[in-house]
Amino acid sequence: MSTKLNVLKHDMVPDHEIMSEEEVSALLTTYNITTEQLPKVFHDDPAVKSIGAEADNVIRIIRVSHTAGRAESYRLVVKRPKK
Amino acid sequence: MPSPKRIGQIEFGLLSPKEIREMSVRKIIWADTYDDDGFPYPQGLMDLNLGVIDPGLRCKTCDQKASECPGHFGHIELAKPVIHVGYTRLIRKLLRVTCRSCGRVLLSPEEIEKVVGTEDDQTGDLLSEKDVKKERICPHCGDQQLKINFEKPTTFSEVVVEDGKKVEHKLTPADIRSRMEKIPNEDLTPLGINPDVARPEWTILTVLPVPPVTMRPSIILENGQRSEDDLTHKLVDIIRINQRFKENQDAGAPQLIIEDLWELLQYHVTTYMDNEVAGCPPARHRSGRPLKTLSQRLKGKDGRFRGSLSGKRVNFSSRTVISPDPNLSVRQVGVPRAVANEMTIPVRVTIHNIEELKQIARNGPNRQDVNSPCGANYVIRPDARRLRLAEGNLDTVADMIEPTWTVERHLRDGDVVLFNRQPSLHRMSIMAHRVKVMEGKTFRLNPAVCPPYNADFDGDEMNMHVPQTEEARAEATILISVQENILSPRFGGPIIGGIHDHVSGIFMLTHDTRWFKKEEALYLLRYSGIERMPAPGKVENGVEYWSNKQVFSTILPVHLNMVFKASSCANCDVCKKELCERDAYVRIFDGILESGTIDKKAIGAFDGQIVNRIIRQEGMSRATDFIDDMTKLSIRAIMFDGFSFGIDDEDLSKTEYGQIEEILKNAALDVDRRIKVYEDGQLEPMPGRTVEETLEMQIMQVLGKARDLTGQIAGQHLGLGNSAVLMAVSGARGSMLNLTQMAGCIGQQSVRGERIVRGYDDRTLPHFRKGERGSDAHGFIQHSYKGGLNPTEFFFHAIGGREGLVDTAVRTSQSGYLQRRLINALQDLKVAYDGTVRTTGGRIIQFEYGEDGTDPTRSAFGDPVDVKGIVESIIKEAV
Repeated sequence: MSTKLNVLKHDMVPDHEIMSEEEVSALLTTYNITTEQLPKVFHDDPAVKSIGAEADNVIRIIRVSHTAGRAESYRLVVKRPKK
Repeated sequence: MPSPKRIGQIEFGLLSPKEIREMSVRKIIWADTYDDDGFPYPQGLMDLNLGVIDPGLRCKTCDQKASECPGHFGHIELAKPVIHVGYTRLIRKLLRVTCRSCGRVLLSPEEIEKVVGTEDDQTGDLLSEKDVKKERICPHCGDQQLKINFEKPTTFSEVVVEDGKKVEHKLTPADIRSRMEKIPNEDLTPLGINPDVARPEWTILTVLPVPPVTMRPSIILENGQRSEDDLTHKLVDIIRINQRFKENQDAGAPQLIIEDLWELLQYHVTTYMDNEVAGCPPARHRSGRPLKTLSQRLKGKDGRFRGSLSGKRVNFSSRTVISPDPNLSVRQVGVPRAVANEMTIPVRVTIHNIEELKQIARNGPNRQDVNSPCGANYVIRPDARRLRLAEGNLDTVADMIEPTWTVERHLRDGDVVLFNRQPSLHRMSIMAHRVKVMEGKTFRLNPAVCPPYNADFDGDEMNMHVPQTEEARAEATILISVQENILSPRFGGPIIGGIHDHVSGIFMLTHDTRWFKKEEALYLLRYSGIERMPAPGKVENGVEYWSNKQVFSTILPVHLNMVFKASSCANCDVCKKELCERDAYVRIFDGILESGTIDKKAIGAFDGQIVNRIIRQEGMSRATDFIDDMTKLSIRAIMFDGFSFGIDDEDLSKTEYGQIEEILKNAALDVDRRIKVYEDGQLEPMPGRTVEETLEMQIMQVLGKARDLTGQIAGQHLGLGNSAVLMAVSGARGSMLNLTQMAGCIGQQSVRGERIVRGYDDRTLPHFRKGERGSDAHGFIQHSYKGGLNPTEFFFHAIGGREGLVDTAVRTSQSGYLQRRLINALQDLKVAYDGTVRTTGGRIIQFEYGEDGTDPTRSAFGDPVDVKGIVESIIKEAV
């Protein structure tokens, strides 16, 4: 076990980044929503873990899109409920 | 409209005996329903306190009439407690996780915390049976626990070890109930039970609610006899046994009898709740039909949820067989007179339409033929009274009509109706058409609208709905009319277009060059509604002639410019463009067809390049007109020459048969040679495959090639003069493969993509030697459908055919279920005004619809802008 796999470097994993508080509030105003209405992602998601995001962070995901070329989407990090 | 409310929480609980008695208006003690005079017995199952169903009587509880009284519950006091079948799982769990003597959960507080989580962080799981070891000792009182056996449907027993033998000791519902009572409230929360609303002992019934008569009405048969509802029958059984039980108990009957009666009471209460429990014979009606009890009313496709709440039967709808009528517009639907006379549209009387509506009322309820003016069935007065129009009162009623009245007039030509064919898999399965009243008994539709409905005329039936309000009609015309649905949101191309004969006809008309005399040209164009003929293409000996391409061009929009390759294009290496000998290079210049053949690619459903371009350039309305003109022209064109296919169209000449035989013989020899190479061990396996697989692949390849060769020979012999070839080339129906199989050779039959290998004793059929690998021993059919199959070939053909049938059956059921789940998951999503896709709660699913915000209907086969098309129509050249 020498090098740990960095999921972010995988070709099929889109770019993830943590959004600053100002960016988040701007995002919420543009769409006129609360954080609850954002799509969610669990805190133990491999990509989320590797960018170091924690619960209540909002992350920006930039994907290569079939239709649009480049598509941005945003997700709220939430704690995975214990099974 | 009230704003939607957010649901905070939902509480699920059990009815306590106290609650049951409180909500009850009457204790029921008699099993009888009505006395000899037809009057309900007091304290019987039809007691007047439980609500009334007979008109005229009044409810003794709420003093309302049958139509207003909602009904009231009664109750039956059970002689002994019985188990509620719906809760047997819960009862089993509780018996297994709690102590038999002190009632506490069989876990120490620490053990509970491990599963459930700490006091402030209860994120863990609920306690389950698996968390408690079997037959352990109670940590609270130290009592040894016993194994609890559960036998379906409602028997619980403890396993006691006596003299080294295991003995089952039955638990009565009363025993179980007393154990449930001992479970303290604090121990219930970690089990997932809220003791305020659901004490576990309430799962054992001591008192049974009797539902109001309104939910189990009796019906009076034609002979005057009363027939009771299944639920009433079941309640009668329960009360009878209950009564007998009580009597025996009071008389001090032996334990054995009491136990029997108890079990019988349990059986009746069980089947009253659910008549389809495993391990329990269903209670039956006298006729032998199983009774429909409480759970059967709710469950399944025709149950309350799927049958009565999610889906309902509607008024103002009709259903009949469909048949084609190429003379109708795609916008129209032919409605039988009988249907049009029955279905109505309410029209408000105003000072502007009063005379017209009076006349409609005078016309009465029977329209004699399709051309007579429409009538009406009812008129409605402002006080909501309905007056039926009948032969005798037409004039009297018509004279009474004033503004503020409403006349329910019949359907007439031009009314908007919704037309639907199940399964409604996409939005084009319901479209709005304009009514055309016709004689006959079937709905008529233009065959060009068959593809969106996926309809054919082999006995298909379709439904028609009549919108009743102005708003509904407006919505139907603007949003779901056929005209607005030519483009499919699936791929952004036209889904309505020519099919079958339309394609054959237009191909026959436009292929190569033909000249028509004036009469002939007018015959073809008579129904297209063109205003004037173009200048004749040539004049010979003083006779004017129009070319076939000119005839077709008359229905094209003037500013149409496009270049594309027809279906008949053979994809040659170097395209000869206008000089193509197959006439497959279509070029339209300013609305004139200059070269090329019009076929499936140009006007067919799903392809329809011309239709597509007209929609983008001229709009939906013009495109619909084009489809109408095209269908009429093509039907005329196909009738001009006539078009048929017979058995002798599959005939080839002697030379061809010789060639085919030669090819097949060579192929069989080739196969044998390869088998020999294999048997000699000389066969070189292909990478990643075994020698056997390699051989099989080679054989399949050789035989496939041989089949195609026979097809080519047949195709060369049968030119475009052959109807099957014409249909295959134009894309109307069938393929060259079908023709190959009819005239040349059917080819290899396969199961799961391999030659047929199954059979006994190392061979497929006893007609072959064991271990034979030759072509005919493994399902190669060297005859044609025309020539006829020999018995072994016929057998192999049946094997291959069966696989196809099974495949389609499995596919449809699987894709149907998949579709249902997708629809359930996505049904409430919508594109908001800001372009996001949201749920009803405003939660975002996509930040931009489809990531690019493009409506697939308006996209050019996936791309937002059809650059090639725009450039082509401006420079009027191929790009």
